[in-house]
Amino acid sequence: MLAPAADLNMYLFVAAVLFVCGVVCMATKRNAIGILMGVELVLNGANLNFVAFARHTPLGMDGQVFSLFVIVLAAAEAAIALAIALNFYNNHLTIDVDRADELKG
Amino acid sequence: MSWLSAPIDAVAWLFQGGAVYVFALMAVACAVAVVVSQNVVRMAFWLILSLAATAGLFFSLNADFVGAAQLLIYVGGTLVLLIFGVMLTASGPFLQIKSRPGEMVLGGVVGLVLLGLILSSAISVDWANRGPRSAAETVGVGFNTPSSGNTTRELGLKFLGANPKDLGSSRSTLSPGFLLPFEIVSVHLLVVLIGAAYLARTKRRRDTANSEASNLSAS
Amino acid sequence: MPRVGIGSPLSEVENAGMSSVLAAASIAELLAQYIDSTWAYALAALIHAALVLGFFGVAPLVYIWLERKVAGRIQDRLGPTRVGGKFGWLQTLADGIKLIQKEDLCPEAADRMLFRVSPYLVFVSSFAAFLVLPWADGWIAQDLDIGIFFILAIMSLEVMGVILAGYSSGSKWSLFGGMREAAQVVSYEIPMAICALVPVTALGTLSMAEISRMQGGTFLNWMVLHDPFCFIAFFVYFTVATASVKRAPFDLAEAESELVAGFHTEYSGIRWSYFFMAEYASMFAVSGIATALFLGGWHSGIGLEKAVLEPLRARGGAGFLMSNIIAASIFITKGCLLVFVQMWVRWTLPRLRIDQVMTTCLKYLLPISCFLFLGITVWPLLIHQFTGRTTLLDSVNVLGSELGVPMANQAFRPELVPAANGESAEAAEKGAEAKAEIQPDAEQAGQNRDAVQEGQVQS
Repeated sequence: MLAPAADLNMYLFVAAVLFVCGVVCMATKRNAIGILMGVELVLNGANLNFVAFARHTPLGMDGQVFSLFVIVLAAAEAAIALAIALNFYNNHLTIDVDRADELKG
Repeated sequence: MSWLSAPIDAVAWLFQGGAVYVFALMAVACAVAVVVSQNVVRMAFWLILSLAATAGLFFSLNADFVGAAQLLIYVGGTLVLLIFGVMLTASGPFLQIKSRPGEMVLGGVVGLVLLGLILSSAISVDWANRGPRSAAETVGVGFNTPSSGNTTRELGLKFLGANPKDLGSSRSTLSPGFLLPFEIVSVHLLVVLIGAAYLARTKRRRDTANSEASNLSAS
Repeated sequence: MPRVGIGSPLSEVENAGMSSVLAAASIAELLAQYIDSTWAYALAALIHAALVLGFFGVAPLVYIWLERKVAGRIQDRLGPTRVGGKFGWLQTLADGIKLIQKEDLCPEAADRMLFRVSPYLVFVSSFAAFLVLPWADGWIAQDLDIGIFFILAIMSLEVMGVILAGYSSGSKWSLFGGMREAAQVVSYEIPMAICALVPVTALGTLSMAEISRMQGGTFLNWMVLHDPFCFIAFFVYFTVATASVKRAPFDLAEAESELVAGFHTEYSGIRWSYFFMAEYASMFAVSGIATALFLGGWHSGIGLEKAVLEPLRARGGAGFLMSNIIAASIFITKGCLLVFVQMWVRWTLPRLRIDQVMTTCLKYLLPISCFLFLGITVWPLLIHQFTGRTTLLDSVNVLGSELGVPMANQAFRPELVPAANGESAEAAEKGAEAKAEIQPDAEQAGQNRDAVQEGQVQS
């Protein structure tokens, strides 16, 4: 009883779901950190695509190298976004992004 | 022995390629749970499971190094930072900032349309016939073969600007690698960390800002 | 999955040339003579999982008993004496039965789902670290090429369970414990990884089995005596590892005099004991890493391999099994000694304050480990100036093996050059003399790699 070998389309499907979940998360959440989590999901979906293409197409290692860059940059992005969220919290005592409307004309 | 056959068949299935589907299902289900749940710490929990399952998918794609990096940096580092942020910004226990149901419905519909678009475009391409499939297997050396997941040396060589194929040849110049972007990224990371520390430092500027504002309004 | 694992067909195992699954293959082979091969592999996988799980479960039982005995000795009392004979051998088992009987409480204010799940998160990540511990030559659950990196990554997940437990309990003590844990472990991960990189840089591989295999021979071949940087790195690693498994004097997350019991204040019964099993198991895991990286892994260090184990191995079958059991017990003994040191430290030193913990890490241990990492990269150049050989260039030779450059590593691998293992001190001296005669020329040094290896015994 052998499982059918996972092909590229399966990975593409998972990556697409991750990506869409991230986009919906960014669009609907009002918590700043929730939005950040949506960004992480989107990056993760992209990462999965990079690695899947590296395995299943002649791209070779380049996909994996890219995904490493994405992981490291996501860590940096999370640090800076968290600092912004903390600063926002210090000034407004909430991290509800709908309350960040001071620049409205 | 018939009562034994179901669990043993399940284990056999897992070891012979079924684990990929378990990881895939877990990644997808937990990503959906991130969107659906309203409590931010539960979101973080589902996100951990989703990212960990994605690391499992990386392992199944013979990208051990990337999978481990995902676990170490993403799950062990970035998400701890996120939960730390949740704790620092929670004004009450189990903070919930609810989205309105209308927003959820709209977001869901847009998401489904987007998913359909991405999937239809991804599946319509015949990836299998777009070139030789063996590139991942032909590079590099190691104690385990690259096809069994050892891509560490190739990755390291790429970062150093060398191509494993160039090593044996008499080419005097090595192919351009990823050394410069790697250095740029590390400096970038350092700058970002310093910037984050600068932005997040404790300061009493609420008081001064308020007093300035009140001064302005008084004058 | 396409990778070579416990359950993959035998031919694939042989093609990949992995010694790591020999043991697995043999049990599966044994079973395959009697039952269908698919079932045989599944059963063999279950047996191996049960073995590791058994160690994972039994080790904490012993360690908790040992901890109480050690604490008793240090505090000038006896410790447990009643249950199971004079020394209280079965005390932990009795405690375990008591814990299972206890009610599984969940506080009113808690986030119930997270509260219930987080002990399992801690448990699973601690258990997964045992996947890549090298018990003996060929006895390793999964010989990943990135073993040490994987183990550091998987152990960093343990902190998530602790933070979630602290947060979801709905208690201020737990929350403080969880936040301290988050700050502490995330900081201590950095020097831990850098210290683990020091021997990795010297040996040029991340695979746990390969690292252990390269340290064969006498104890002079152990990485801890390889060079001054590895020597210091061992002590820094051990300090940091103690902190990363939140043992005293770094157990701020559960500081009972300040925070009741820290992050597990609200837990009771079997869920509470999961935290404890995970803590003791990860104590062994970090000690096992230290053993594999610095203390020669499964090698006895007194030439036992050459005298006893290799003849035994050569006979195959039961001899192979016996030699591996001896090697595994050497590994476990070394790990247990390090666990004992952790207990000794716990009952001897007072707990640090949280600011002192962070200062120790960020102001002292992190710069020290960075310095050690820098040092180990410069070390081969340095000693090349004086001795004309670069012991450290193993890693480069590994890369250059496609060029036809002989690998210095091969001398360490018993299956390739059997004579290089277990050199005596006389042979080392002879090797050094032989080395003094040849030119410090890289190519020639490569040709005389046996001599180089023998010379390495001295360094």
